[in-house]
Amino acid sequence: MSHWRREQAERDARIAAGRTHASGKVVPAGRAVDLLEAILRPGDRVCLEGDNQKQADCLARALSLCDPAKVHDLHMVQSGIVLPEHLDIFEQGIAKRLDYSYSGPQGGRIARMLFGGQIELGAVHTYLELFARYFVDLTPQVALIAGVSADREGNLYTGPNTEDTPTVVEATAFKNGVVVAQVNEILDRVPRVDIPGDRIDFVVEADRPFYVEPLFTRDPAAMTETQILMAMMAIKGIYAEYGIRRLNHGIGFGTAAIELLLPTYAEKLGLKGQIATHWALNPHPTLIPAIESGWVRQVHCFGSEVGMDRYIRERPDVFFTGADGSLRSNRAFCQTAGLYACDLFIGSTLQIDLMGHSSTVTQSRVAGFGGAPNMGSDPHGRRHPSDTWMKAGREAQTVGDPALMRGRKLVVQIVETFGDKLVPAFVERLDALELARKIGLELAPVMVYADDVTHIVTEEGIANLLLCRTLDEREQAIRGVAGYTEVGRGRDRAMVESLRARGIVRRPEDLGIEPLDADRSLLAAKSIKDLVHWSGGLYDPPARFRNW
Amino acid sequence: MERLTFRHATKAPLVGRKPLAITGVVASGNLEVLLERTLPPDACTVEIETPVHGYGDVWEAVVADFVARAQPGGLRITINDGGARPDTVSLRLLQGARLMEG
Repeated sequence: MSHWRREQAERDARIAAGRTHASGKVVPAGRAVDLLEAILRPGDRVCLEGDNQKQADCLARALSLCDPAKVHDLHMVQSGIVLPEHLDIFEQGIAKRLDYSYSGPQGGRIARMLFGGQIELGAVHTYLELFARYFVDLTPQVALIAGVSADREGNLYTGPNTEDTPTVVEATAFKNGVVVAQVNEILDRVPRVDIPGDRIDFVVEADRPFYVEPLFTRDPAAMTETQILMAMMAIKGIYAEYGIRRLNHGIGFGTAAIELLLPTYAEKLGLKGQIATHWALNPHPTLIPAIESGWVRQVHCFGSEVGMDRYIRERPDVFFTGADGSLRSNRAFCQTAGLYACDLFIGSTLQIDLMGHSSTVTQSRVAGFGGAPNMGSDPHGRRHPSDTWMKAGREAQTVGDPALMRGRKLVVQIVETFGDKLVPAFVERLDALELARKIGLELAPVMVYADDVTHIVTEEGIANLLLCRTLDEREQAIRGVAGYTEVGRGRDRAMVESLRARGIVRRPEDLGIEPLDADRSLLAAKSIKDLVHWSGGLYDPPARFRNW
Repeated sequence: MERLTFRHATKAPLVGRKPLAITGVVASGNLEVLLERTLPPDACTVEIETPVHGYGDVWEAVVADFVARAQPGGLRITINDGGARPDTVSLRLLQGARLMEG
């Protein structure tokens, strides 16, 4: 007799062991360690939900308190390495191998541990790529997830920060895995069912609400004239020229400045309704003035943002909301939307080389990728045209039959030539290559490859890489907007001027922009308090952003 | 503190009559620029005090580009730097020149 139900039998045994610590599906926070020791087996693939924003922190603490004699050598497969416990478990021997996407706040420590050999690294993925592998070769045996509330049957309300949860649960629950959810409270009836109860095996009532990072809040008070100038150039030189309606923004100040210039500068240019109408974007507080001014038709979100819940509830024409009225986000779907249904990605980076490869890895930090390489790539599987996409395709096409031309997604890097502490953003060679050599990575952690980048915007101008016909032109176009960095000062001035004559390099004056007009008075909101006013008091910023 | 001084010959005096202007603030990542119309119309000097050492060649390039662009003949310019990035320096210099023209 063949064994076709080995995984199911194993799952049943794990659940039976776990039930001894539960009442039905419900486990008190104080028994979480016992529960995990009962259901985990050495070498398990485990997804400990660490998303871009929300964290299953109660379960992370419990996992790090497990006895390494019982729970060891786990293979962690999770998108975010965010909490200290996510790395503590590798020092304790509880976990051994890691496949992940993003490690922003733990970037320094993860680099040291990789270098010290304490972590066996599989790969650093994009979100969508890791999610894809959950269904092929990285399917979790156990998922430890986070929700806002649950009932005793396990029906789960994730709240506005749904993020990765449906994807993680789908892969685990339907492939004989065990799903444990931590929730802030257990209710008789949840506000809406985001995950049906038959996919949840245990519910842990957490000792405190799960942690969420306000990752997308940019204070307009900190915006500089340089960022405003870059935003003006992007709007006039890219958004208007290509008629970009469907787009995704990164999290930097440059793109936040663009959001704040829509109802002012872009309105004066007569662009309302012509650009920036449909978004794959988290609910950025800096988008409030554009929404309130009628610029934005709709926004689909990867996750939510702290303080935006009440505002979103009152704007269901713009956001995706559930029957309970609150936001429904979904990282996997929104990443797919950004990849296939957006014509532009614009974001910042830490280093760009002479060909246009970019990376956020520096010698001492491995920040991971998150969604940028996915958003910031030209999807070869796209088959629907748009004016924007076709125009970019025509600019890039040099040879071949025009009838077989495909479009191009616009992938724009918006960077100040010097970053914090006068660190240049333009370099001859990415630090990522040295790091890859040092820790023995087969694939260097490049965020956006040069062949995907179409434009670079700096305070000095815009380089249109689609129009470059040789590698030499490309290098000089990049040097030509690299300002006073060594890369910028190393330019061939005559060649940059000839690129300028062909519209490949464009200065503010070529776009009819006077740099001295780049003034903070152009910002639709000059402070967090202004954003609260724009929202009619519905936006409730986190305490650290309240300075009035 | 590092002190740098650059002297340039200019083709023409800066337009306008304003004798003095000040722009910017001495703060981290920012700078204060004092402009005085006290030199002969074919000369411009820029004196810099900066807490960040070793960027003399960058300052030289920023100042040279500013002089070529604004032709600030007659100006004595004094900068109190707070570790500003070159693009901010460039912007403040141009803002200062515009104030002097007004």
